[in-house]
Amino acid sequence: MPHNSANPIPAREELIRDAVIRLAGNSQDGIQSIGGFLARLAGRNAQEVMTYMTIPATISGGPSIFQVRMGTGEVLSAGDEADFLLAFYQHSYEDHIGFLKEGGVLLYDSDHVEPDAQDTRFVKVGVPISALTVEALGGSSREKGKNLFALGLLSRIFKLDVVKLRAIFEERFGGKAEDVLRNVNLAFDAGFSYPIDNVLDRYFAFHSEEGQEGAAQVTMDGNTALTLGLIAGGVRHGAGYPITPWSTIMEMLRQQLPKYGGVFVQSEDELAAVSMAIGFSYAGRLAVTGSSGPGISLKMEALGWATMAEIPLVVINIQRGGPSTGLPTNVEQSDLLQAIYGSHGDCPRVVLAAENVEDCFYIAREACQIARKYSVPVFVLSDMSLASRIEAFDEPDLEALMIEPTLDTEDRPEEFKPYDLSRVTRHAPPGTWIEGGVFPQVTGLEHDESGHPSANPQMHEKMMKKRRAKIQQIAEDLPPSQIFGDSEGEVLVVGWGSTWGPIRETVIRERDRGRKIGHLQIRFINPLPNDLGEIFNRYESILVVEMNDEGLYGYGQLATLLRARYCNPAIRSLTKTDGLTFKIKEIMLGIDAVSPIQATTR
Amino acid sequence: MSTASPSPAKAERGVLTKKSLQADHPTWCPGCGDFAVLAAYYKTLEKLDLPQQNIVTLAGIGCSSRFPYFVNTHGGHFIHGRSLPFASGVSLGRDDLHVFVFGGDGDGFSIGGNHLDHAGRKNFRLTYVIMDNFVYGLTKKQTSPTSPQGFKSKTDPWGVFDRPTNPMRKLLSSGATFVARTHATQIRHMMEMYERAAKHDGFSVIEILSECVEFNKGAFDAGNPRKGGAFELIDETAHDVSDMAAALALAEEAWPGKFGVYYETQQPTKNRLEKDLVEATRAKVGHKSDKELLAQIFASMR
Repeated sequence: MPHNSANPIPAREELIRDAVIRLAGNSQDGIQSIGGFLARLAGRNAQEVMTYMTIPATISGGPSIFQVRMGTGEVLSAGDEADFLLAFYQHSYEDHIGFLKEGGVLLYDSDHVEPDAQDTRFVKVGVPISALTVEALGGSSREKGKNLFALGLLSRIFKLDVVKLRAIFEERFGGKAEDVLRNVNLAFDAGFSYPIDNVLDRYFAFHSEEGQEGAAQVTMDGNTALTLGLIAGGVRHGAGYPITPWSTIMEMLRQQLPKYGGVFVQSEDELAAVSMAIGFSYAGRLAVTGSSGPGISLKMEALGWATMAEIPLVVINIQRGGPSTGLPTNVEQSDLLQAIYGSHGDCPRVVLAAENVEDCFYIAREACQIARKYSVPVFVLSDMSLASRIEAFDEPDLEALMIEPTLDTEDRPEEFKPYDLSRVTRHAPPGTWIEGGVFPQVTGLEHDESGHPSANPQMHEKMMKKRRAKIQQIAEDLPPSQIFGDSEGEVLVVGWGSTWGPIRETVIRERDRGRKIGHLQIRFINPLPNDLGEIFNRYESILVVEMNDEGLYGYGQLATLLRARYCNPAIRSLTKTDGLTFKIKEIMLGIDAVSPIQATTR
Repeated sequence: MSTASPSPAKAERGVLTKKSLQADHPTWCPGCGDFAVLAAYYKTLEKLDLPQQNIVTLAGIGCSSRFPYFVNTHGGHFIHGRSLPFASGVSLGRDDLHVFVFGGDGDGFSIGGNHLDHAGRKNFRLTYVIMDNFVYGLTKKQTSPTSPQGFKSKTDPWGVFDRPTNPMRKLLSSGATFVARTHATQIRHMMEMYERAAKHDGFSVIEILSECVEFNKGAFDAGNPRKGGAFELIDETAHDVSDMAAALALAEEAWPGKFGVYYETQQPTKNRLEKDLVEATRAKVGHKSDKELLAQIFASMR
């Protein structure tokens, strides 16, 4: 990025590998849409991209940001600092100037923003965005369209592929009234043709990497990827209740499933949603329900039933800040122990956590497979940051991945028992004829192998073991854990869920500094892989990084679990609950705290 | 809680007999009204002669909700208050099934009261039987939402203050498209109501006054001629079952009120509407395979 310069020398071109662009305005300004266009463009150029956004918890209006990090090479986090800040308002400028790195470019709407004249740390570029947008669109539009004007400016500054951008506009607005697309192009053109080189001394161009062009990438947010993973996994039925940030999944399922012959029901409440989903599954249609924190709490009793009755089910929790209504539009990973232990009684079930947007697709599909194979509820944990974050990833190979749902009402033999102790339960849905004509009872009461109530203490122990053992069996079948970086050494950084990117980037930087550090992201949290104990023994410290509270005893939720299982005092914990994703420097400080840098230079 | 070892009679495909429908011996107290409710269910199923493997008997929690164990069909014993959404999922997931749900007044009017309103509104195709005994029996005599004022329970030893739910009014206002009321001592009437409910295309509910001999003895004598009461039937030549105002007026009649069908209307079921939506949507997307459809979405995200 450029140094501050007031010289009116001709603008020149600078090659960059990646750029963090923060767009700051109000939520109704459409900055999410320009962020989305930038992300899609990056995806089509086979570039890496990651976005980060905040939306206010209010119905309309309020400050909002959209951050895009795009570039060549691996983009692992949305960036600690911005290279480029676009500020629409004075409050946008004041709230976000602290995120702009020194020497970075501040692009601002000079109709609304007056930057601090004393502050010479940044390249300040003022453009009367509001006035020029109104002018371009004929004056009747108030300030609508200034997002596209700004996108035009950015396209000029970053030498973006305008042809591809116009194609994206066409796809997005082509179906609407004719003047919509025309206005989009007018506003964009006005921004693009603004003589920016009068005020900025250089353009930026992304390195193009040979051989990358043509690799089919798709660009979407985590909730979309998760929804598509469920469809690929064969889910055609489900029920839910609206809550942020889960709602977009249920909206998409409601709109998509009829195409696939399925149905999604918006229920009267969370209790009905989970019960209805269990009803679908009991009827032989693997179903999904989901929610966010508070709603998941309400589902817990019924989830206990699904474990007891051994019914397959997929449950999605898009975590947000808790407890209670908490921070509804902020990120947190504080529902881990709830996912594992949340129902009453000893209630084993499967818990998986998606590590990035791409993984939302794969893990949702995997959850469907496990639920079916082991006749058990499977939790998929995602969070607010993954839900709305846009990433580009390789298009999945549906030829290999698509699972067509089947209804299994084949006749069962006379000796069929719904809760056979000698094998993993395979649910026989209604419609199934049982030879000999004794039909199964499916129940939440402790039961014998036939499903009839039994309060026999030995039977309770046997059934408890049956339900536990099948989850343990899943751990036996897991592939070996993958370590990134050093497979032994000073610190193993362990994470789960969306901390994957910031941890990976941190570990790369630390290894560049010469430290011997590894990264392990745990996707299977219940059951845990069986090889962790042996892996942990190869490092001096194990630092578990998670976005939840350190709790009464100083350890985050996964750290507590790992310490309980492995009794390894080298397991340490780095937690935070500020509602934001981890910054690289925060994790670096955490690493330094458990393993001071001197140790490496001894 | 353990029942007698299950040794139900074997069923033969395509032949539905009372014997083949029996399963565990009921765990209810001797004299409980629920025995008759069960007996009438067997007889109705026999008469309807549905494929046995396609009958589903579901329940929530309560004395009456032990029902599925006593019936040799696919059965599900769900959690307290949520049997309706559970059953709605079963019904909506499978058009070929005949879904019957049993429960008590606690399940239906108290902990699950909200679900009743929405199952009615959405008009799922299923039959819900509420065995109303005006008391919590399984937990041994606490006040229920239908306990009359003055009823002495363990939670209201000085007599209940709260006004009871009016079951018929609640069911009518839920939007249920078939609402009937009967009495556990009247087997033939129960069977008639069951049969009409089972044949109704939509959400059908029957309230059956079913006496708890242990904790609320004699509660329904006023509706039982053999105990000196009057079992007064609704005269459907005079009462228009499609008239909601008339049905609500019946619901306001003094105890013990009338028995029979209060309300019946034909409205599109959720099952039908969703099926139509699927068919229209499938046609619109040219009946493409699931894989092609998903590939199309991914292509739009390139």
